[in-house]
Amino acid sequence: MLTDGLVYAAYLYVVAVGLTLIFGVMRILNVTHGSFYAFGAYGAASAVGAYFERGLPAAGGFLLMVVVTMAIGLVLGLILERGLLRRIYGKDEVVVVLVTYAAFLILEDIIQLIWGTNSYALYEPLAVAGSLRVGKLVLSGYDVGLVAFAVLLACAVSFVLHHTRWGRLLTVVIFDREVAAAFGINVSLVYTVTFVIGAVLGALGGAVMAPKISVTLGIGVEVIVLAFAVVAIGGMGSVAGAFLGALIVGEVRSASVHFVPQLELFVISVVMAVVLMFRPQGLFTRVQPRKI
Amino acid sequence: MGALVFLVAAALTPALPAWIVSLAIVALANALVVLGLIILWRAGLVPFGQALFYAIGAYAVALIARYTGLRDVLLLLTAAAILSGLAAFLTGFLLARYREIFFAMLSLAMSMILYGVLVKTETLGSTDGFHVAPPTYFGYAPQGGMRLLLMFWLVLGCCAVAAVLVSFYLRSVAGALAVPVRDSEIRLEFLGVSVNGLIHLNLVIAGTLAGIGGALAAFAIEHVDPSMAYWTTSGGFVFVTILSGAGFVAAAFVGSLLFELLRSIAYDVLPGAWQIFLGSALLLIILFLPEGVGSLFQRVRRPPSHSRS
Amino acid sequence: MSAILSVRGLEKRFGSVVAARDISVTVPYLQTVGIIGANGAGKTSFVNMITGHLQPSKGSIWFEDRDITGRPSREISRLGIARSFQAPQIFTSLSVLDNICAATAIARTGGRLMSQTLTPLQSAATRTDGEAALGLFGIASCRDTRAAMLPQGVRKLLDIAMAVAGQPRLLLLDEPTSGISMVEKFGLMDVVMSRLKHRRITVLFVEHDMDIVGRYADRVLAFHDGAVIADGTPAVTLTNPRIQELISGPKLKAGTADCDHA
Repeated sequence: MLTDGLVYAAYLYVVAVGLTLIFGVMRILNVTHGSFYAFGAYGAASAVGAYFERGLPAAGGFLLMVVVTMAIGLVLGLILERGLLRRIYGKDEVVVVLVTYAAFLILEDIIQLIWGTNSYALYEPLAVAGSLRVGKLVLSGYDVGLVAFAVLLACAVSFVLHHTRWGRLLTVVIFDREVAAAFGINVSLVYTVTFVIGAVLGALGGAVMAPKISVTLGIGVEVIVLAFAVVAIGGMGSVAGAFLGALIVGEVRSASVHFVPQLELFVISVVMAVVLMFRPQGLFTRVQPRKI
Repeated sequence: MGALVFLVAAALTPALPAWIVSLAIVALANALVVLGLIILWRAGLVPFGQALFYAIGAYAVALIARYTGLRDVLLLLTAAAILSGLAAFLTGFLLARYREIFFAMLSLAMSMILYGVLVKTETLGSTDGFHVAPPTYFGYAPQGGMRLLLMFWLVLGCCAVAAVLVSFYLRSVAGALAVPVRDSEIRLEFLGVSVNGLIHLNLVIAGTLAGIGGALAAFAIEHVDPSMAYWTTSGGFVFVTILSGAGFVAAAFVGSLLFELLRSIAYDVLPGAWQIFLGSALLLIILFLPEGVGSLFQRVRRPPSHSRS
Repeated sequence: MSAILSVRGLEKRFGSVVAARDISVTVPYLQTVGIIGANGAGKTSFVNMITGHLQPSKGSIWFEDRDITGRPSREISRLGIARSFQAPQIFTSLSVLDNICAATAIARTGGRLMSQTLTPLQSAATRTDGEAALGLFGIASCRDTRAAMLPQGVRKLLDIAMAVAGQPRLLLLDEPTSGISMVEKFGLMDVVMSRLKHRRITVLFVEHDMDIVGRYADRVLAFHDGAVIADGTPAVTLTNPRIQELISGPKLKAGTADCDHA
């Protein structure tokens, strides 16, 4: 059960970290993230499925998964950020969220137009990865790989944020965008890059989850609530928070599936509400001081 | 002038085709939710979970009718209003302490909690929901065309009353202070006003309106299901609110009717791409008419230098 | 009760930072007090504690004969203390007239939510009061301008006009002339102080401009590092070289550039 929770947490982290980065840097609660996830899942199902059908080597399949999501994230992210978001940056936070919601609606239909109403299954990566025996447990190789990947991603994100020039620029912009601009940081470029990275990560979340679920309409809608819960719990804009939030939601969901399967969404929502009640800024973000 | 519009609408109805009347009924029921959201938006708050109260109102009438056999419309509506108002009052203690995005998220979380409960509870019909019997009007159970007509007049009547009461409220000190809350809470606190108290009041008003809207929708569609509490339902309400703009009470009704019309047209003309249509419409409105449809009226009626009432 | 405000042993700590150290001050009715001190000396914390925006760690605050220590701002406002802000807190979406009418309407309905729900905001009574208030401070000509468009001087006056709408007996002004040009400072203060005096309102004001303090204050409280280091008439305190040095920094001698101090 604990391991199930870890697996769940792993994919949630991949999805949520992009969302929290976008919020932290751009102060946008990106509803379209659900579309990135869905596109990633469908894209992986199609491309990687086709790849494996040709009997090409397994390792390439996994690589293709990453490449496909990067392409999706790049294209969608750029179009959205440059074409749409750019025009509404100054506006009310709520209006911006609605714009991302509108984009989400449009993309949902585009998915349906491209892939129709069928559901897709991508089982090859699971089969290829086989299974591992750890003591008495038999774990799916894919699951283990997923958790390892998530951990690696977390380390990479943490490293980039704290030890690279680019990461530090990002941190400055997260902290105070006006000050960053005053220091000559090209905030506009930072926004674009952040959004694209967020889109890629969202799509990646969908892609890695594709083999484990039935890829069908509505997966984008569902994941949004979960991703939001993770980000709200961990602290919006905090990458470390996304990690912790994902763990919490993952384990809680796993526990509720095992003990009280009916109340899964209910339990997650309760946890989210409880955390928001006691620490509205999430577990990791610092409270903004009031300025009179 | 508003009274005239309502009277004309009431009089014309028998002449209109049934599908328009049905559409208008749902639109007007939803408009009540939007009315509540407009009040909150003026104060700078946009909850992403009004569907919570909408669903409470809907399920209230459905359950009471099913388990007690009571079907009188006035009784059921009053029950829905009381229950959703109470829920808003209780949740308000918590919600009134938050602002901006945290307020929105907490509101969302609460509505999803209800959704989670509704979906998994067998007795409440879980995902399929259940049928709602049409209401009776002081003992009279209308049939056929009369049923639709009476329903429309009922909804129209509720909207008229709500419009009058909300207009009155927005002109009162408590209601008019919504915009100052958005501009400077500090100034209000230092003038002796409890801002959280005001917000709590607004939440109760919005919640009650949403509950009544939900009840009316339940009567109209003759069905309730958990999706009435889902985040996409809340999203729809916020969508219409932005469409309407926060300037006028009337805008809620115009905006809601427009939205339902757009949605129907989209379904009919582009069944596979209606969301693209709707999403694009929303984007266009946001980009080119940021103050919503209501602002069009303002430009026509009076010069823009006068501040909003 | 001869004192309008009495502060005893007031202290405020933020972790290891001491914003207020054992402050004890008694202010008689209608005595105008000027509060001076370098940035970070504790002046604003002092004002915030009196007006309920900040909770003291220790000590007590008495307004007339009521203990108001730790009470929230809205309660304290209703008791008769008002304040203006360094960055004027006005309702930027509304016109100047609507701003003042909001304040007068609140004053008329008190803190009672029921009363507030039933009373219209724009009534003849609130408008009369509002226009009178604007006229008092000389900003009636701006009544239809949207508050967001106002120049700083008018904003400050509006902020103060709103603060006195509720007929307070004690008013705290936080840097009333900050952001105002040298030319306009005295004009603004003349108007404000004379009107407040006429209304029998006791005024405490925080200022960085020593000339303003010298001209309008009966008494000066000098803050440094969280404590009151001088308490006396302007003539005595402002000419004290030690005070001058601590508050404004050492004087630059002609011909020398002291690179360690600004």
